[in-house]
Amino acid sequence: MIETELRRCVAAFHPGATGVTGAAKLSGGASQETWTFDIVHPDGNVGAILRRAPPGYGAAPGRAAGLEAEATLMQLAHDAGLPSPKVMHVLTPEDGLGRGFIMARVEGETIARKILRDEEFAKARPILARQLGRVIAGIHSLPQAKLPKLRSLTATREIEDLSREYHSFNWPRPVFELALRWLRDHDPGPSSEVTLVHGDFRHGNLIIGPDGVRAVLDWELAHFGDPMEDLGWICVNSWRFGEIDKPVGGFGTREDLFAGYEEAGRKADPDRVMFWEVMGTLRWGVMCCGMMQRFRAGPDHSMERAMIGRRASETEIDLLRLLAPRA
Amino acid sequence: MQDEPTPTELIKAVADFLRNEIAPVIKGHNGFKLRVGINALDLVTRQLALAEAGDATEAARLKALLGADGTLMELNRALSEKIASGEVDLNTPGLPEHLWQTTMDKLAVDQPNYASYKRELGK
Repeated sequence: MIETELRRCVAAFHPGATGVTGAAKLSGGASQETWTFDIVHPDGNVGAILRRAPPGYGAAPGRAAGLEAEATLMQLAHDAGLPSPKVMHVLTPEDGLGRGFIMARVEGETIARKILRDEEFAKARPILARQLGRVIAGIHSLPQAKLPKLRSLTATREIEDLSREYHSFNWPRPVFELALRWLRDHDPGPSSEVTLVHGDFRHGNLIIGPDGVRAVLDWELAHFGDPMEDLGWICVNSWRFGEIDKPVGGFGTREDLFAGYEEAGRKADPDRVMFWEVMGTLRWGVMCCGMMQRFRAGPDHSMERAMIGRRASETEIDLLRLLAPRA
Repeated sequence: MQDEPTPTELIKAVADFLRNEIAPVIKGHNGFKLRVGINALDLVTRQLALAEAGDATEAARLKALLGADGTLMELNRALSEKIASGEVDLNTPGLPEHLWQTTMDKLAVDQPNYASYKRELGK
């Protein structure tokens, strides 16, 4: 029972805590889990989240920054006044809980369809794009000297990574090939400024309340690179959930996003953002194909994986709308 | 010759039962998974109805574009290689129309409610 380990761990970092209650697994596969629980305290219970790789699982593979780096980034964001949960404790081997960290739970909504449709968020929607522009600018301005060790990625490198992954599927897709060719022909080269890039700034990783954004989550894909990458990724049509005329997450305009970004003292480059939007659209398409590969190879032989595989064609029509619009 | 009802009719009967009788009484994560399952059955019925005609016209267009014969997989591989090498591009007569038509035919099976698809259909 995880509550036993949590109780011991919480007593060590949260003075006065008498126990934990309500531990429930929210999501995650074998190598990465998210748990919600309450720290019991005489002054009132405190909502908390555990994000961990269970004992026996080592560092996350491939592109992932690693849970310790995620904790550092979230703490830095929190300290800089950005909407980020407070990191309460980074797990140690003595905790017996694996690798990861415990953070304060932030109340709010992450499900895009509710954020885009429910009356509760009606006042938040018109202000979100500008607000998120300011938040992204804040992330890009985090003090470099304090940042953890992360991968560095350029546009050229990302094109080659995507190309290799797509070709490993051995399933020819002329539209993907067209997009790869376009990306190579329009590669803007190294950006004049390299910053921290969140890497997955979009619906699902943002906690939204009626007042706007409350927390930025999931720094797993954080890296150093072209800051315009984050602005392009949040404009990808796959995160508009039907509201295709509102490029920023289905709720706002690019102009508002850029205005927020520039209010925070940074400069947006719309051409580079467009390049990254194409890259992001292709990347989501390749990720869909990857889901289908993993579905076939197992061990997660789930319907959801299988059906996400059939969403690659959505990115093909979006790529055509970007690269070969019909008159 | 196989007997009746057809696969399409059988799948549709199962999907309708799950949608109308079972889905309303299943809650939580299993309710979500059930909707994914129903969507999968609906997708399969669309593919059974539409794929044959779509594949045939796709193959005909590819043969005309490439001046070559082969399976759909071989033809798509050949076209992909020509796009990668720059031998054909969006200025090549017929290529944009082919990519558009092929993609629209896929969306009609995969995701006919996808907003970009409905926009391009003129709906």
